Amino acid sequence: MSIFEYNGSALVAMVGKNCFAIASDRRLGVQLQTIATDFQRVYKIHDKLYVGLSGLATDAQTLYERLVFRHKLYQLREERDMKPETFASLVSALLYEKRFGPYFCQPVIAGLGDDDVPFICTMDCLGAKELAKDFVVSGTASESLYGACESMYKPNMEPDELFETISQALLASVDRDCLSGWGGYVLLVTPTEVQEKILKGRMD
Amino acid sequence: MECVFGMVGDGFAVVAADTSAVHSILVHKTDEDKVMLLDSHKLLGASGEGGDRVQFTEYIQKNMHLYQFRNGIPLTTAAAANFTRGELATALRKNPYFVNILLAGYDKDIGPSLYYIDYIATLHKIDKGAFGYGSYFSLSMMDRHYHPGMSVEEAIDLVDNIIAEIRSRLVIAPPNFVIKIVDQDGARVYGWRESIKDVDIPKA
Repeated sequence: MSIFEYNGSALVAMVGKNCFAIASDRRLGVQLQTIATDFQRVYKIHDKLYVGLSGLATDAQTLYERLVFRHKLYQLREERDMKPETFASLVSALLYEKRFGPYFCQPVIAGLGDDDVPFICTMDCLGAKELAKDFVVSGTASESLYGACESMYKPNMEPDELFETISQALLASVDRDCLSGWGGYVLLVTPTEVQEKILKGRMD
Repeated sequence: MECVFGMVGDGFAVVAADTSAVHSILVHKTDEDKVMLLDSHKLLGASGEGGDRVQFTEYIQKNMHLYQFRNGIPLTTAAAANFTRGELATALRKNPYFVNILLAGYDKDIGPSLYYIDYIATLHKIDKGAFGYGSYFSLSMMDRHYHPGMSVEEAIDLVDNIIAEIRSRLVIAPPNFVIKIVDQDGARVYGWRESIKDVDIPKA
């Protein structure tokens, strides 16, 4: 079995009208066995920047700790938060540093940039960035997620509609993947507020 | 065939482990204590490769004591868990320890907590958890009978039922178990569950 499929994960981020949503599944497994159903994959970097880390859970945790460390140093030096584009380059550089012994993670980065323009991107485990204007996906359920998002996505959705769309896309995709699921976690960020919601899907 | 499992109850956490020290087909001893008292209010149940288990858990214990000597206060359970994960993660890509850990502790303001730490340094806070082949039985039993806020009697009853299940269904089931508990009064042995006792042979 591939090392990327050891723990199981599903991540998706979508762009709406002056807002973005990032969602993940909640299963932590060890191959066929489920250890926990409340595992967090989406982490906050600052109020308007979130990163989701799919793949091997231990590397996701290590990478998150390194990213928070680097961002805190940046905040001390620059006296401001990092822009999402800058953060994406930071993640890419950290991953490529380990080119011949990589972190087995595929990050999904979502944030509101200057003038609250939403930004999303994903990259592979070596840091190859993929910028998208509509949605990005990652994890063991990524192929199902591509299909679900492509069919359900519309540009310029309002926050409520965006929440509904990303939830349905996530739940439909993880139901076809045995290694991810056990509920969903959706984070919806607009310039004025952040909403966190837990989804109840097929608990299996 | 090592079995370690644990759960959180009302104001306490309990960790149980088998007590066989096995090398290939030979049972060296049946009273090997695999649940270490990390400090006055913490338990560390470990399973895995023999030398690594003792070496790594003693290393963690001594570092915890060192912190307490230097700073005058003990580490919280969360801090101890994160320190342990850090040590495992640092060693992972150099000289990995093959030790799985359940860390249980009681903090005055937080109450009881239980942490699952994989041998590849995956850390997660849980209410119930298990390692080893015994986990296939113990996790299912706990899924069925565990509920948050169990009393000590209820929890030990469940632990005994799990031990009975492991003894009857696991092919080379360990004969003896030790049960340890941690609550506001500290960490201590709750009891042994022995079905084979080492015989004292009289001297010639």
